[in-house]
Amino acid sequence: MVEVIMPRVISLTFAFLFFLIACLGSVSMAAGDNDLQQIHQWSEEDKKMIRSLSLSSLPLLPSDPSNAYADNPKALALGKKLFFDKRFSANGKVSCATCHIPEYFFTDKLALAKGMATTTRRTMPLIGAAYQAWFFWDGRKDSLWSQAIGPIESAVEHGVTRSFCAHLISDRYKSEYEGIFGSLPKINHRNCPPKASPGTGNPAALKLWYAMKPGDRDAVNRVYANIGKAIAAYVRRIVPSPAPFDRYVDAVLRNDLAAADKAVDRDAVAGMRLFIGKAKCTNCHIGPLFTNSGFHNVGLNNPKDKGREEGIDKVLSDEFNCLGKYSDAKPEECGELRFIDSNKSKYTGSFKTPTLRNVADRPPYMHAGQFKSLEEVLSFYKRSSSREVEHQELTTDELLKIEAFLKTLSGPLTPP
Amino acid sequence: MLKRFGVILLAVLFIGSMTGQGAASAQEKPTADADYAKTRVSKAGTFKAAYTSDPEAVPVNMLHSWKLKVETADGKPVKDAEITIEGTMPQHGHGMPTQPKITKNYGDGTYLVEGMKFSMPGWWMMTFSINAGGKTDSVTFNLRLK
Repeated sequence: MVEVIMPRVISLTFAFLFFLIACLGSVSMAAGDNDLQQIHQWSEEDKKMIRSLSLSSLPLLPSDPSNAYADNPKALALGKKLFFDKRFSANGKVSCATCHIPEYFFTDKLALAKGMATTTRRTMPLIGAAYQAWFFWDGRKDSLWSQAIGPIESAVEHGVTRSFCAHLISDRYKSEYEGIFGSLPKINHRNCPPKASPGTGNPAALKLWYAMKPGDRDAVNRVYANIGKAIAAYVRRIVPSPAPFDRYVDAVLRNDLAAADKAVDRDAVAGMRLFIGKAKCTNCHIGPLFTNSGFHNVGLNNPKDKGREEGIDKVLSDEFNCLGKYSDAKPEECGELRFIDSNKSKYTGSFKTPTLRNVADRPPYMHAGQFKSLEEVLSFYKRSSSREVEHQELTTDELLKIEAFLKTLSGPLTPP
Repeated sequence: MLKRFGVILLAVLFIGSMTGQGAASAQEKPTADADYAKTRVSKAGTFKAAYTSDPEAVPVNMLHSWKLKVETADGKPVKDAEITIEGTMPQHGHGMPTQPKITKNYGDGTYLVEGMKFSMPGWWMMTFSINAGGKTDSVTFNLRLK
């Protein structure tokens, strides 16, 4: 009997143990659910805010009325070639991609960009540039196409002239160009000296330029603008793709807390709360591209660079702006330029708010590459006395959490 | 009866605007919904102004336009006003990223305001200085942008 009873007792004991374990398991699972609820709980207002920052809120690529070729596939193909073509430089070694390196999220690793020589500013990220109203750190350009031709005539960047570019297009890209923009004007050394330019600051180049017939100058300007329009057709397709943060927001919004918990780590969630709350980062870094496209003085005190203060007159007097003769826009489509805030004294030392998409992937930071790491940027914000910055109350631990959050904004980049 | 109601309404709006101004000078965020009204009486009570936004919900970080309707205190349209515009964020000490302007006078006391752009969510104050019929006064709207 005993022999018979014993296994029963044992099996009952085992059954009880199993029951206990199962109970404990479900208790601990319930506790886990509660944890998840607590960690990933957002008020309706906060949910609205994180949704507004996620890529699912990014509108379709905005049209650029000033560039009739912005969405022309042939222009994109030509623009891509021009972007990587080093012949558009004085030493044959500099292309747009020299500073905007695709593998480095279209920036470089330098504090100050280097083309023909070292410039005075950090290379800007190109991710989502098509959504911006102003270009360069000082906003001295008002379209992507007009921005694209700026560095070509800069002595420290490409170091060539618009006339030289017209020759190169005529010699190397004639059929592709004509397939998009119509027939090329006749370009030769008599009607278009390759060193002629009004935009390099070189007096000899200026003299050659004004020795050209007005019609020839206009024809060269038109080719130059079209080079920009083709490059812009390519650059505008450099857009961000979903990052862990976006997967997190999607999961929270569909109430899939297990997926949310996997998408980003818990420090990043804490950092996210700080970013939209106490740290007030969304004062400037708003929308799915994390920028208000505005200009702010964050207190870097760089006496050599007045930033937006000087960008205002430059964009207003630019012959390649939205209201200029090489723009395809109607005047009423140039709202940003027509209603530009021209109160220059307000903008001394102000620079454009950059996107934070892929920010952790592309140090150094700020308009002159002042900081090597996000940690340095955040600790600077904590000590900055600028009225436009409100991060002073944060603890070191909170800064680390914001940094963890910033690291969740990196998605793969797949340019065309 | 209706007239009396109108007077009461105006009085409410006037008080609303007074508290709005008071709050502004102390740079304290207005709290009562009346402070955010889209129709307000000017500071000295000379004009009454109302705005509508296109799109209807005032957007953040997007260029858009407003229509401003200006009346005298007794409800007659003000058809020949000169209007200057200023938007500020009292808590941040900065203004709008644009300089909005009146670009059209519809002739019935309504004016088109183009170039409106608010760079961030939060409390904004839009002040319209109105000069008409030899009188100058200003009206301020509070906005709570999300």
